[in-house]
Amino acid sequence: MKKKAVISVTGRDNVGIIAKVSALCAELGANISDISQTVLQDYFAMIMIVEIDGLNVPFTEFVDRVRTLGRENSLEINAMHEDIFDSMHKI
Amino acid sequence: MIDTKDILETINMIREENLDIRTVTVGISLFDCVSDDKARFLNNIYDKITRTAADLVPVCSEIEKTYGIPIINKRVAVTPLSLVGGKLDGDGYIEAAKTLDRAASALGINFIGGFGALVHKGSTRCEEALIKAIPYALAETETVCSSVNVATTKAGINMDAVAEMGDIIKQTAYLTRDRGSVGCAKLVVFANVPEDNPFMAGAFHGVGEPEAVINVGVSGPGAVGSAIRRAGDCSLSELAEVIKRTAFKITRVGQLVAHEASKRLGIPFGIVDLSLAPTPAIGDSVADILESMGLETCGAHGTTAALAMLNDAVKKGGVMASSHVGGLSGAFIPVSEDAGMISAAEKGVLSVEKLEAMTAVCSVGLDMIAVPGDTEASVICGVIADEISIGVANGKTTAVRLIPAYGKKEGDTVDFGGLLGRAPVMSLRPQSPAEFIARGGRIPAPIHSLKN
Repeated sequence: MKKKAVISVTGRDNVGIIAKVSALCAELGANISDISQTVLQDYFAMIMIVEIDGLNVPFTEFVDRVRTLGRENSLEINAMHEDIFDSMHKI
Repeated sequence: MIDTKDILETINMIREENLDIRTVTVGISLFDCVSDDKARFLNNIYDKITRTAADLVPVCSEIEKTYGIPIINKRVAVTPLSLVGGKLDGDGYIEAAKTLDRAASALGINFIGGFGALVHKGSTRCEEALIKAIPYALAETETVCSSVNVATTKAGINMDAVAEMGDIIKQTAYLTRDRGSVGCAKLVVFANVPEDNPFMAGAFHGVGEPEAVINVGVSGPGAVGSAIRRAGDCSLSELAEVIKRTAFKITRVGQLVAHEASKRLGIPFGIVDLSLAPTPAIGDSVADILESMGLETCGAHGTTAALAMLNDAVKKGGVMASSHVGGLSGAFIPVSEDAGMISAAEKGVLSVEKLEAMTAVCSVGLDMIAVPGDTEASVICGVIADEISIGVANGKTTAVRLIPAYGKKEGDTVDFGGLLGRAPVMSLRPQSPAEFIARGGRIPAPIHSLKN
């Protein structure tokens, strides 16, 4: 099983954000395996599942870079290891 | 594949509902630090604590970042110092407290627990010396926490120790009077104290514990409160299910963090404490949960029943989520650390007597309650004796953390800042239990067969 992480993007305006997150993933060696998007009232939430086995930086640095990209675009972007979701939602 | 709905739920619980890991606490045995030479003993404990927990703070930061879950407190609990102090006198114990304080500061943690004694059946010379040193130790350190166990269901209640703790609490309040008597916020009197509790101020490393251990305390009143509000108009049977499910999810995060911290620090995993620990932040309140269950204000008649159900459902949901549970496990009701409790107390709805009833059905006890500074020591002893009796008679942990805030009277407020919060000064009955307390001796252990 490949190790995965969840990148979540929430904000009001999503113009070009998929391209920017994808470019960052490519740069850092994260392979995108799934993208989905939900609209919650005025907000949109994009969820990206990425494989992190091939990262060329430590995962904690990947998290920092993703968050920085969010701040630069006035969006809330976070990356979290998939284990937290598996723990909470699977028995 | 992980479900998008589940992902959003987790993110929402962390971001909007204040879900966090309240504490990762490393328990450290100090038995191999014993020495008849004071300087060597102090060096030994400093070295052992700073060596064993050296990576605690950086490892917790890594885990926070990896899983996106905040870990609010990183702490250390040590063997009760009265068990390892040997021939230390009072001044020696104060120096030992300062050594713990230095070690905590070197590690970058906010509290270190274990400046304590277990005197449920009687005190040794070491324990007497340590207890007398508590007010000075708490006044002269920032991070050191102290607990004294004065009773167990098997041994009964050591009323000599209860009588002494009244004076110790008053003295601690006086010596820290320039800081709202904050020393008392770091001092707990227990019945049936657990040996693996990760929460301060009562954490210490029990004698049955291994060399070192990781214990994790979870939180999540905000997440439980939101789930109840989302459930809307439903029966209590259905509500219990909602609480159980939410508690399961919260506890699973605690188990994950405990497992990871244990692996990364190379220290065995002990327990997850299934707790609902509030903070003064809005929306992170146990009182709010009780109110969202349908009470107009926390403290109204019905509060004890609501709390009993909440506490039970939290344990039922949590116990399946973790491989080992322990500590205090249950809902906490510290007045100053819970915005809803503060508000209910300020309205005069929540009284010390109601809180006492609530402690019969949830974890801990009369916690973080400010009382008038001129309260007689014997009245404080009466409060302790009552609360400890509830624990002893019911075979559960109870505790008292009262703050007789120096110079303050009923209606005033004491502000400790940060996680310790802000406490409205609540009234106690001034009638004297002094003669009862002064009798001393022990209240015998209760019989546990004729249960009616």
